[in-house]
Amino acid sequence: MTSLPGPTPKKLGLVIDLDICVGCHACVVSCKEWNTGGYGAALSDQDPYGAAPSGSWNNRVHSFEIEPDPAASRRQGGAYGDARIVHFPKSCLHCEDAPCVPVCPTGASYKRAEDGIVLVNEDICIGCGLCAWACPYGAREMDAAEGVMKKCTLCVDRIYNENIPEVDRVPACVRSCPTNARHFGDLADPDSEVSRMVAERGGIDLMPEQETKPVNKYLPPRPRRDRDDTSMLNLAALADPVPTGFLGWLDNALERLG
Amino acid sequence: MHPAGSIIIFTTLSGMGLGLMALMGLGAIPAGGGAALAGAALVFLLTGAGLVSSLFHLGHPERAWRALSQWRSSWLSREGVLSVLALAVFGLHAGAMVFLDLNLWPLGFLAALLATATVYATAMIYGSLRSVPTWNDPLTPVVYLAFAAAGGTLAAALIARLFALPGAVLELLAVVLLVAAWTAKALWWKQAPARGFGGSTPESATGLGGIGRVRLFEAPHTSPNYLLKEMVFVVGRRHVRKLRTIAVILGAAVPLALVLLSLAFGGVWPLLVVAVASHVAGVLAERWLFFAEAKHTVALYYGHGEAHGRRVAG
Ligand code: SF4
Ligand code: SF4
Repeated sequence: MTSLPGPTPKKLGLVIDLDICVGCHACVVSCKEWNTGGYGAALSDQDPYGAAPSGSWNNRVHSFEIEPDPAASRRQGGAYGDARIVHFPKSCLHCEDAPCVPVCPTGASYKRAEDGIVLVNEDICIGCGLCAWACPYGAREMDAAEGVMKKCTLCVDRIYNENIPEVDRVPACVRSCPTNARHFGDLADPDSEVSRMVAERGGIDLMPEQETKPVNKYLPPRPRRDRDDTSMLNLAALADPVPTGFLGWLDNALERLG
Repeated sequence: MHPAGSIIIFTTLSGMGLGLMALMGLGAIPAGGGAALAGAALVFLLTGAGLVSSLFHLGHPERAWRALSQWRSSWLSREGVLSVLALAVFGLHAGAMVFLDLNLWPLGFLAALLATATVYATAMIYGSLRSVPTWNDPLTPVVYLAFAAAGGTLAAALIARLFALPGAVLELLAVVLLVAAWTAKALWWKQAPARGFGGSTPESATGLGGIGRVRLFEAPHTSPNYLLKEMVFVVGRRHVRKLRTIAVILGAAVPLALVLLSLAFGGVWPLLVVAVASHVAGVLAERWLFFAEAKHTVALYYGHGEAHGRRVAG
């Protein structure tokens, strides 16, 4: 049934920290790697080694340049002074009021009543593409080889998988992120780690005006620390270290020798 | 949005076919005789060609029947169910007209109602998408219904004149509906494309507006992907202006002039053949623009809609 299930007891989703993502695309690659052999059809590539490669991916990283608004900057005590780059991973937000689900004519697209994950049943998908049109975020991609709709499954085949070690029972993107910019959890539970992060850091919804109620949240970049703040780590000193301990004694002894 | 040939042909042909179905259901063409047969054949030809064309848009056409299942929530599913019902009811009605010389009015009215509902459902597939603010306009279904009515009436007039039946009323109605349809379209052109991204911006799309102006620094991929090919179609302003002119000339001016000529000379069917063909060509151009001019909010993640800098207009 492609009618939405209404409020779900669990709201599983991701929290993505835009303050620390370095734009390495590790999550993009590990997502493709896991999902091309996992749920449903493989994520195909067209002309992968040619002049114009393309393919289906469930997760992509954009990079944006932000030119600070002087007023906002002043409110933050000049903290947003310079232009900055923000790396921005984007995948399905598993929206509570997902517009991609009710438009599906076949019942292939659905939102799970138990945990809120939005999935496509590829066996009955006719590849009409209407769900991808209905998603304001561009989170669904038609697979050119299979003719069915692909999207983030929140690694539904990992998170409940008792055949893999417990530490691996998180989405592949979360597991692979080298900076720990991605977090997975239940956003319906106010005491979960992800919910607390969202509350502390002022987590944001993408395009709230579309009224999709995204489950995934983004943590905004923190204001910059003041450059003249002397408590900041002195990076220059690290390049020319002053030896301490045994090395310091040796250094001094050699120095004295002459 | 990418203007896909299959959908453009489908909405144009099936729109005219369903318009003709509604008119025949309302008794525009008398029962019995060649006119009823020709009219019914044209209805099935136009809607059939449209439906077959729409299958080319699917990744799995062999599963198309599954699209009839979700009519509770999906306009696309409703369109499928309604078109099947409309064709079935009209089939009975047309059978009675052709073979029994009978005009079964309740059946005809029902067919007309179902045909109208089908066109409305088609329009709402597009009109209900908030992610495409250009289409999310109350006039979208009005335009689709008006074009179906005008095209259907034009076709009905042609059939009436072809079989030497009285056609003046149909010709006059065609003139009125053509003017109405293009007036609705002119209003749509004035307001719908101006909706832009419907108030969404790169700042709201990224949630980073609190810091300042957001510009795309680097796209996530180096060559176009499905999202860009399907939903980020850019058409030059000059092209839009030219195509609108072509659409109005072929879809409105030529058919209007020819219908009025035919009317003046008491019914000249060859003129009406050209009028119908020209109208179809004009509506095809109009439909191409309907897609090409439509903006999808995903473009905001790809450097469109930026307040200053490069691709401002998107
Ligand atoms: S992000 Fe897009 S695909 Fe995912 S649930 Fe929301 S609307 Fe649907
Ligand atoms: S592409 Fe598949 S999942 Fe999407 S709306 Fe069509 S049938 Fe449903």
